[in-house]
Amino acid sequence: MNITGAQIVTEVLCEQGCDTVFGYPGGQVIDLYDALWLAKDRIRHVLTAHEQGAAHAADGYARASGKVGVVIATSGPGATNLVTGLATAHLDSVPLVAVTGNVPSGLIGRDAFQEVDIVGVSMPVTKHNFIVKDVTRLAETLRLAFKIAKSGRPGPVLVDIPKDVQTASCEFEPAAAPIEAEPKKTSSNHRLRWAKEMIEKSRRPYIYFGGGIISGDASAELLAFAERCDAPMGCSLMGLSAVPTDHPRFLGMQGMHGHFAASAAEQEADLVIALGVRFSDRATGDGDSFAERFRVLHIDIDAAELNKNIHAQLSVQGDVKDALSRLTEILPQQHHPTWMKRIRTLRREEAERTAHSHEMRDARSGLQKGMGTVTETEADRHFLLPPGQSYDTSPCLTHEQIIDGIEAAKAGSCIAVTDVGQHQMWAAQRCHLTVPRCFLTSGGLGTMGFGLGAAVGAYIATGRRPVLFTGDGCFRMNLTELATAVAEKVPVVIVIFNNGVLGMVRQWQTLFFDGHHSATTLPRTADFVKIAEGFGAGAMRAHTPEELKAAAETAFAQEMPFVIDCITDPDETVLPMLPPGGSFADLITEI
Amino acid sequence: MEQQEYVLGVMVANISGVLSRVSGMFTRRGFNIDSLTVGETESRGYSRITISFHGDEDMKERILKQLEKLHDVKEVEVLAKDDTVIRELLLLKVRNSVETRQDIMAAVEIFRSKIVDYSSAALICELTGETSKIDAFISLMREYGIMEMCRTGLVALERGENCLRTEREADLDPI
Repeated sequence: MNITGAQIVTEVLCEQGCDTVFGYPGGQVIDLYDALWLAKDRIRHVLTAHEQGAAHAADGYARASGKVGVVIATSGPGATNLVTGLATAHLDSVPLVAVTGNVPSGLIGRDAFQEVDIVGVSMPVTKHNFIVKDVTRLAETLRLAFKIAKSGRPGPVLVDIPKDVQTASCEFEPAAAPIEAEPKKTSSNHRLRWAKEMIEKSRRPYIYFGGGIISGDASAELLAFAERCDAPMGCSLMGLSAVPTDHPRFLGMQGMHGHFAASAAEQEADLVIALGVRFSDRATGDGDSFAERFRVLHIDIDAAELNKNIHAQLSVQGDVKDALSRLTEILPQQHHPTWMKRIRTLRREEAERTAHSHEMRDARSGLQKGMGTVTETEADRHFLLPPGQSYDTSPCLTHEQIIDGIEAAKAGSCIAVTDVGQHQMWAAQRCHLTVPRCFLTSGGLGTMGFGLGAAVGAYIATGRRPVLFTGDGCFRMNLTELATAVAEKVPVVIVIFNNGVLGMVRQWQTLFFDGHHSATTLPRTADFVKIAEGFGAGAMRAHTPEELKAAAETAFAQEMPFVIDCITDPDETVLPMLPPGGSFADLITEI
Repeated sequence: MEQQEYVLGVMVANISGVLSRVSGMFTRRGFNIDSLTVGETESRGYSRITISFHGDEDMKERILKQLEKLHDVKEVEVLAKDDTVIRELLLLKVRNSVETRQDIMAAVEIFRSKIVDYSSAALICELTGETSKIDAFISLMREYGIMEMCRTGLVALERGENCLRTEREADLDPI
């Protein structure tokens, strides 16, 4: 059939199995939006409030479902607004296809209205990108974009389509099926045999896994492998939800704000088996001293990650699912009773340290006791007040009261989504995660404002209720997406850790910058309850566990977005904390 | 680890933007390029980039793997210095005077250079060779007054019948 470039886009989206796109219209995609209008029975278009929100929504859609997320934006500012979303997806290996319009080919390079070289701009933050200058190449380019996005280590791909290519016509032949990803690379037999020998020689193996287990759908293989190795497991932030939080072998996230037992076990191990993970500086601290005490066996689908951040004694390139199942097959059952006993001791030690640090915090926290905190200046105090509250009588919630309270109230299977900062780390440490893809967070880029858009996308992909843990700083960044959540009837429960400060940066300032709280105190003049209500969402404020319980029960009974504005202490600290660039010996477990 | 010079042969899709992708990867990841040349190849769909850089073994490995990840990069190989013909082209404009003319001519002769432009005030010499030979010629010419010069950077082909890419998609029509 002879159709326009704009129609080719919608036809290819359909043929690639795309049922939903997130986007924002504009002058250079008006033809594409006309094609979407004509295809509206087959493709749902979700209009967001901002292109960044659309990119995060497509990202959340992809993370929650494993499918390729699709986002559309117009040229110029529309396209540049995608950049943070693309970079977020790029660093967390999320498959996206972004389609942007551009000015007509003849105007490219003339600084036309809303012209920007988005291919140039997005080159470092995409897996690949294209500009299509000939309508006859459009269909194959889009298909290739899907293929690249989902092949190997997934990532975002951008396709820029000048307006004249959208309006031009050509013959189009629909493909019978979505384009296949490249066959996954399988690991070499002899490397897996070396790996087996390395594991057999180990007395204290520790498994460190990352997001590759989730994107590689290898949770079952990982659990079987861990049993076969008789080893404990810890993970990176991106690895969370790959195995159930309460699995007896699972010690939690390791690293800067990771679980003590995970980081300690790793440092006592003689072999670290790293699976689908890239040894980010946030997970390792100082890279040089990090791996002094143990050998490293590293399995990853991306060869470029092997020996990039950490030197591995043995690196194996390949699909982690395939590698783990084959390795488990050839590996005899290992027995490490002494080591596993040591792990149980570390867990007990962790519980004691955590309890102790909470006691110290509660003893110190003025807000808790109604006494006011000692570190605040008078100027700070003015801003830290919730509207209508007097400072020294205002009770507030601790992070564990909030997370436990929400978990107790939640009904059915939810997807936890976070923004970035203290609340993110607390959620990562404490949320009870049961199935893969139920914890969505911006791990690599650390994008404040990621959460609300991602929650919208996750709900649209799965129909499961998202619970967004956010801070007052993060929420302010992209709260306009409340409009999207209300319009799309997304029953997201938005839990704001409202401490009136940018807590994580403030924590660093307190610890490493002599308490100079430079530009991290937020005006508490914004009333998030009124804001939410203004957007048409429900909202309640909570200072106490009782208020939180009532708010959470109301929230989970809604089929609409609901904000719970939780008042928290600005000086609550995320612990443990490995100082940036520090080694395990520098771990701070109490303050 | 020990630093040395590496020369890479990189076969890429002949498509606009490919040079940005390759050079951008070097910039983004903090690798320094000593020289980079690009040109057409025997196959219409391909260009060939020759890159030289200084680094250690680890850095070379990381560069190779990052290059291989780029969609438009079809083949990468480290060219072993001993098994590779490496050349560079120099065009050098030197002041022409009655006093120096004979000496310049003699140097041109010895270096197997060529005079490709001649005027009463200036000469342009063309010289092909390995980097060390080019460097030596330039340093010799300095005393006669180099007016301007440009050199191409390295191009390199492996000796013998080995080629960078043996199974070439001859009619590659890249997008």
